[in-house]
Order: sequence, then structure tokens, then C-alpha cells
Amino acid sequence: MVAVLGAGAVSGIALNRGEPINALWFITAALCIYAIGYRFYAAWIAATVLMVDETRATPAERLENGSDFVPTNRWIVFGHHFAAIAGPGPLVGPTLAAQFGYLPGTLWILFGAVLGGCVQDMVTLFLSTRRDAKSLGQMARDELGALGGTAALIATFVIMIILIAVLGLVVVNAMKHSPWATFTVSATIPIAMIVGVYMRYIRVGQVLEASALGVILLLLAVAGGRVIDESATLRVLFDHEGLTLAWWVMAYGFAAAILPVWLLLAPRDYLSTYMKLGTITLLAVAIILLQPDVKMPAVTQFIDGTGPIFGGKLFPFVFITIACGAISGFHALIASGTTPKLLTNERDIRMIGYGGMLLESFVAIMAMIAATVLDPGVFFAINSSAGVVGKEAVDAVAKISSWGYPVTVEQMQVLAQQMGEATLFARTGGAPSLAVGMASIFGSAFGESMLALWYHFAIMFEAIFILTTLDAGTRVGRFMLQDILGNKWEAMGRTSWLPSVIVTSAVVVSAWGYFLYIGVIDPNGGVNILWPLFGIANQMLAAIALCVATGILVKSAKGKYAFITGAPLLWLIIITSTASWQKLTSDDVRIGFLAAANDLSAKLAAGLLPPDKAAVAPKLIFNFQLDAVLTLFFVSLLWLIVFDMVRVCVRYLMGKPVPVLTEVPHSFTRLAEEWVRD
Amino acid sequence: MLQAIKIVWQAIRQLSGDDAYERYLRHHAEHHADESEPLSKQAFFKKWQDEKWQGVKRCC
Repeated sequence: MVAVLGAGAVSGIALNRGEPINALWFITAALCIYAIGYRFYAAWIAATVLMVDETRATPAERLENGSDFVPTNRWIVFGHHFAAIAGPGPLVGPTLAAQFGYLPGTLWILFGAVLGGCVQDMVTLFLSTRRDAKSLGQMARDELGALGGTAALIATFVIMIILIAVLGLVVVNAMKHSPWATFTVSATIPIAMIVGVYMRYIRVGQVLEASALGVILLLLAVAGGRVIDESATLRVLFDHEGLTLAWWVMAYGFAAAILPVWLLLAPRDYLSTYMKLGTITLLAVAIILLQPDVKMPAVTQFIDGTGPIFGGKLFPFVFITIACGAISGFHALIASGTTPKLLTNERDIRMIGYGGMLLESFVAIMAMIAATVLDPGVFFAINSSAGVVGKEAVDAVAKISSWGYPVTVEQMQVLAQQMGEATLFARTGGAPSLAVGMASIFGSAFGESMLALWYHFAIMFEAIFILTTLDAGTRVGRFMLQDILGNKWEAMGRTSWLPSVIVTSAVVVSAWGYFLYIGVIDPNGGVNILWPLFGIANQMLAAIALCVATGILVKSAKGKYAFITGAPLLWLIIITSTASWQKLTSDDVRIGFLAAANDLSAKLAAGLLPPDKAAVAPKLIFNFQLDAVLTLFFVSLLWLIVFDMVRVCVRYLMGKPVPVLTEVPHSFTRLAEEWVRD
Repeated sequence: MLQAIKIVWQAIRQLSGDDAYERYLRHHAEHHADESEPLSKQAFFKKWQDEKWQGVKRCC
């Protein structure tokens, strides 16, 4: 029944041509595919391949200490796990990938998740659970060798840097010359501090009370932005160029990394988690109530690589652009180390690992719907940078209309006015178009008159957890750097030694700040460069996780089942290698980093650039070259780990010694069958 | 109905960490009652928050 409905919905989406298709079909197709994947594939993997053992005590039970190792009810673990893995990634990626039409992205989100991402999360969770909740890096070192472990550590650090830069750029683009958005986003900082002080001193540990206060203040900040926007004297205070905002974001990141956790990071995380869960639920309800039509064609002409949002053909770039939502290496860091410390029983691994990722994939589907319910002309007008379609509104609409997606200047002006913005042209980064999509869905479902409020609510919702990722990421980067430096110089390793804190935080902030700065001064918007780089890095981390998993499966004499992680691994190797190859060698200046660098230097030398572009050209040229080096580094690291894994597997199959399995021996659980800790 | 609301409320409290101190006291009473005095609410909350924010806890 589910299978028939699912097959019908998928073929409905896939075969529909030329006429609008209802978003409800997307939801139906997604839910059916998830149900089949969860009921059959995941159950088979859990029972036959992993052989989860419900009589076996988990690390949470064996090592219980009342603080981080705590056996916890499975729904609670699911909530923690989902809140940890779901960030802004699944919202931004599908929005950008919608330039290919709705079909390629949707299919990859569905099948990538069911066959790849969910399997990665579940298997990693299982392996870490069997190894005292060890981290991915530790498992890579123990099971494959020192190379794997070091690679995982470096990969994590570099991904963090690129991720923060690209997310910072998304926020900056959303706030650029928008006093309303800038006010609302800035207000989230003092609000978080108020909540932090409340929890720490006024009503100690009353997390829910403090959060309720914070949520109310946030909603007031959204409404208050309108007052700022309408006041001629106040609006100039919040009306800034991208570059100014970028400096502020960097200053904020630095402050957040050195301020105590309780003051900013922890309260901000509470608020962003509630906002995230609440808004996503609201969006699902609104889509089901409203059943909007998807106006984007199934496939656009941009699959040939000429897309305005980012250059590159459908293969491999749709698979790079949508990482989170289909398969995300970052999840392996949460599934190892963090979540296993709470897991009460191994039988819940399927629900938490596989199920958690299914829900994230569903979030990505909703982002895809929100992007594709817009008129394609409007979608491209918001997301195409001035460098591609021209600075003047008239040029932009003419160019976009010439692609076959009609849009007019008046239409964009009316829309901008409805959303309470000065303009919506060239608002790259994905956040503004997602916010317009969400606002129109919310507006139609819950009241048209509040479009501007909904728009800024959506911007605030994205910004608040982007900033959370930004400060949490800077902090993690700081700890990693202190850890590495601590090996050479003991004092630097002390996480509370102030000089070390300041130096390492500054290093981390300048690393991502550099990419953010270049992104802001780039006339093509920057996201087109940074996002693919982030995608490649994230897929590389996924490949490391899948290598560890495949290696362990082979070493556990389960070689015949190694395809469950081996097949997604092979696919990731193909797409990351192809994408990296094209990024390095393509002659197309919109794809190849080196081609772009050479083209720009030639133009600069010939004096073809207008003065404002000539001024930034040397920086852009250097950045293109740096990006090329980074890409080469990523892909070399990937191949190194793959060879290491293959080497270990071949040695095992030939009967030669390999690093021994570090699985902890079986001990019986003493927790009763229906035991629930509450 | 009342039972259902109670369960949901418990889940929300546990997910957010609202009841973390109560759980800690219970754990302490069960396992370490004879070894040491439990931490004060303030001290526990500080420790809990600091621990919760070590390492990679949020994703993209």
C-alpha cells in the first residue's frame, strides 16, 4: 500500500512535465520512500549486518556517571540527536540546487538519504556505541591507522572553517541594507545574554522559564524591526554595507569564542533549537494546509552548467550542492561520541541514527518546496548576483526573462515592499529567497497581511541558528587548535589560559574571516565559490566515516555486506573527485578556480576592468588560487584514506595482520526490558 | 488525557535540561550517597553547562 502510493507519487513528480505540480506530492513521495527505507532497508541492516543486540549493555549503562553518560529514554535521545544534526545546511543547499529544477535535487535528497546518509549515521552510531562512545577520529586511528585519524582531525577543522565562512556570508547577505533584518539579528545577541543571566543568577537552572522569556523577546524583536525600519533616524543605524556587517560578524565570532559558555553560547543554543523545531513544524503544517503549487519546472536548461546561481553541470554539482539533507559527513561527528553516551539500548540505533537523518532529509524537502513555489523568474532574480545578470533592475529582469522565466521590475518592487525590504534583487546566499518562499507559504496559510513580519521572522529563524553554528564552530575550532598546539607547548593546551584563548580564537576567526571577507567583496556573491568548496569538504568527511565503517565491516568478516557503506562511499568518491577535477581543470571561468584566476589576471593586465573591480582583483586572484590548493588538498586526503582503508581490507582478506577490532566485549544489560528512565 | 500531557511535559523538561538537577540528585542518592555531599544547584548547573558545550555539539 505504502509502496504503491510512494511509487505513484515519485513517478507523478518525475513524469510531470509543463504543468504545475502540487507540493503535497513531494511530501507523499518523501514519506513513502522514508517508510520503505526505514521498515525494510534499515531493519535489514540492523538485524542482519550490524546484528544489534538488545541484551548488550550500552556505554551509557556501563559507564553511567550522571552527567554525560546517562541512559536516556529513546525519544529524548532522538530529540537531542536531531537538534544536533539539523542546522542551516539542509535549508541552504536545496535552495541553491533549485536552479536545476525541482526534480534532480528532490531525487537526490530522497535516495541519497535512504541509501547513503541514513546508513552512514546509523552505522557510525552503532560502531561508536560498541566502542565506548569513541569519536570518529579515534575510531579511524584505532581501526585503520594513524593516517585515518589525523585525516579525520584535519578534515573536521578545515570543514569547520569553510562552513562558518559560508554561513557568515549567508547572514551578511540577508542583512545587507536591510535595517529590519539587521536590527532583528543583532537583537538576538542581547536577548541570549539576558536569558543566560536569568538561568545563571536569577532563577538558577530554570531552563524552560528562561527560554520562554527569550522566545517572547525574539518575537518582539521581529516586530520591533518594523519600527526601526519606518523611523528615518533609527534606520540609518542599522543600514550597512556587506563589508561593515562582515567585520561585525567577525567581531561577534571572536567575542563568542572567548565569553563564558553560560552567557552567550548556551542560551543562544536553546533559543535556536526551539525556533528551529517550532518553525520547521509550522512549515510542515502550512504546506499540508495550503498545498501550494510548485512553479519551478522539473528540470531547467541550467543542467548544462550555465546556471546563474553557481556554475557547473547537473552531474556532479547537484550532489555537491546538496550535502546536508542527503548525506552529510558532519553527522558522523555527532553520531560518534555525543549520542552514544545517552543510548539506553542498541535496538534504538535504527530509530535514532536512521530515523534522525530521515527527518533532516524531510527538512531539506521542505526547503526545496519553499524555493520552488516561487515564480521561477522571482527565484532567479533574488538569487542571481549582480555580476551575472547586471547591476540595474531593468537589465536583470531582461536577462532573466530571456531565459524563459518572465519577471518584471514592478513585480519585484511590489514583492520587496510586501516583505518590508528595499530591494530583493541579487540577494544571494539562499536565505532571502527561502524567507520569501516561507513568508508566502505562511502568509497564505495564516494571514496575508503579515507578509513582512513572516519574512523577517524567517530571516531571524535562519540567522539565529546560523550564528549558533558560527559561535559553536569557532569555539570547537579553538579547542582543536589548543589541543594540537598543546602537544608542542603545554601552556597553549590549557583551555582556560587567557593568552592561549585569545590567540587561538583570533587564529580561528581570521581563518574563516578571510573567506568571509573575500566572499563579500566578490562581485559574483561569493556563495557560488564557497558553497561547492564546503560541499566537497563535507562529502569528504562523509567518505572518511564510510571508510571507517567499510573497513570495520570487512574486518568483522562481514565483507559480503560491505556494500551498504561501500556503495555510498564509491558514489561519494566519484562525485567529489569529478567535482574537484572540474574545479581544478575546467576552462570555464565560472567552474575552474585556476581558469578564473588566469582570466582575471589577463583582464587586469590588459586594463579591461573598471577601477572598482581592478582594486579587488589581486585579492580575488589569490583567493581563486588558494581555493584550488584547498580543493587539491581535500581530494588528495580523500584518496589517501580510501587507499588506507583498501590496504587494511586487502591485508585482512589475505590473512595478514591488521589493527585489531576494538569492540568492547559483550556484557549483559541489567536494565529491564521496558525500562524507561524518567 | 492528563496523563498524556504529563508525559509530554516531562519529555520537554528532560529535552531542555530543565530537570537536570533533579536527575543528578537522584543519581547521587542512588550511587554516591555515602561518598560525598551532592553539589549545590548553582555549582551543578555551571558544571553541566560547561560539559554540555565541550566538543562538536552542533552541525551544519
